[in-house]
Amino acid sequence: MCLGIPGQIVEITDANNKLALVNVGGVKRQVSLACIVDEEHPIESCLGDWVLVHVGFALNRIDESEAAETLKMLQEIVALTS
Amino acid sequence: MKYVNEFRDPQTAQALIKEINRLCRSNSRIVPTSEKPLKLMEICGGHTHSIFKYGIEAALPDTIELIHGPGCPVCVMPRGRLDDAIALAEQPNVIFTTFGDAMRVPGSKKSLLQAKAEGADVRMVYSPLDALPIAKENPDREVVFFGIGFETTAPSTALTILQAEAEGIKNFSIFANHVLVVPALEALLNNPDLQLDGFIGPGHVSTIIGTKPYQVISETYHKPLVVSGFEPLDILQSIVMVLQQLADGRCEVENQYSRLVQAKGNKVALDAINKVFTVRDEFEWRGLGNISQSGLKIRENYALFDAEVKFTLPNRQVADAAACQCGEILKGVLKPWRCQVFGTACTPENPIGTCMVSSEGACAAYYKYGRLSTVGKQVKIKKTEAKVVN
Repeated sequence: MCLGIPGQIVEITDANNKLALVNVGGVKRQVSLACIVDEEHPIESCLGDWVLVHVGFALNRIDESEAAETLKMLQEIVALTS
Repeated sequence: MKYVNEFRDPQTAQALIKEINRLCRSNSRIVPTSEKPLKLMEICGGHTHSIFKYGIEAALPDTIELIHGPGCPVCVMPRGRLDDAIALAEQPNVIFTTFGDAMRVPGSKKSLLQAKAEGADVRMVYSPLDALPIAKENPDREVVFFGIGFETTAPSTALTILQAEAEGIKNFSIFANHVLVVPALEALLNNPDLQLDGFIGPGHVSTIIGTKPYQVISETYHKPLVVSGFEPLDILQSIVMVLQQLADGRCEVENQYSRLVQAKGNKVALDAINKVFTVRDEFEWRGLGNISQSGLKIRENYALFDAEVKFTLPNRQVADAAACQCGEILKGVLKPWRCQVFGTACTPENPIGTCMVSSEGACAAYYKYGRLSTVGKQVKIKKTEAKVVN
């Protein structure tokens, strides 16, 4: 139910209604960006962003540096246990 | 796929399992045994599904027991609310739209799928937004969307109502059944039957609400909670983090899923929820009963979009089927295979209880992915018990 899948915003299709085309694993679907657009992040700036898609809405942006940090911590555990 | 494959590396998973074993063995603060294992609850049905899909439970030492929590909106849907949804769908002028998850959930007499087979206009949609074009194409009919889900899904319902208002769509309404995760956790923690040592927190709910609302779990109930992603490495790392907290004697809210979850959550989504919804005095949960302040209802100023205002519903509380033990399973006090109808009268094809309907339900996960070694162990224990009795 709370399933979310990472996807990349490839095209803004309707700026007024905050709709964009998101590529999720090779499948492109129209998604609402209403949850991730604000004064700090106007809709034009969303192109290329990686987002989590849930029931036709982008819930949040994926933070690339945080993802890298998590992977780094995982590698540290690998180094510790090997 | 980016942000997926990196978190499924088998070698890293093995390293994490080694670390879990080390933490279980080597620390004087936590001395779990196979007779008295550490009990960690994964709250979210999405985690339950991943745990079974990737064989995580089988890979853990038998000194850790995973308890499968109530974070599956389909599983906690009481039969009375399902009956209300079916009554709505069977109104002659209604087009009833719903996520696929809810189609096969049994009400007291039938499911939405059976109602559709009998002639009700029930349509599966991918997003609540998909119901709006249906409403525009059918101006002489009322389109109702079945709003279910935790805080993850509530913003999409709220934003759909705001979109309907902006477009002046008047023949659209929501049957709102959105529920809140923290009150359910408190209800579980207040249950003396259930002794838990820590929690794997729901990742996608937390993208919306952030990590602060869980502080009551660590501060009042003194349990560690780690908000987790859904890939196997995420879940394993979260288990390591919970064990580390237990080993250090700490009870904190930690965030393993920092690539998506921020402490403050998503303000835009929270504002949409607060604009459209208010908290109900109480809401019924299957297996957990009525929990105060645990559900959302549509505010009066959006009554035009509230199916509970537009239609008269049966609005009855209906007890679960006598044979069904979903309630105990949702509370984590009964293992699915110990249910008297598991895998016999109750299967994913013909579910009696909700935990067998959704792929996120514990029963469906055990049935689909099989935990035969675990089940076998239980059967052996039962046989041993029988010998002792004899």
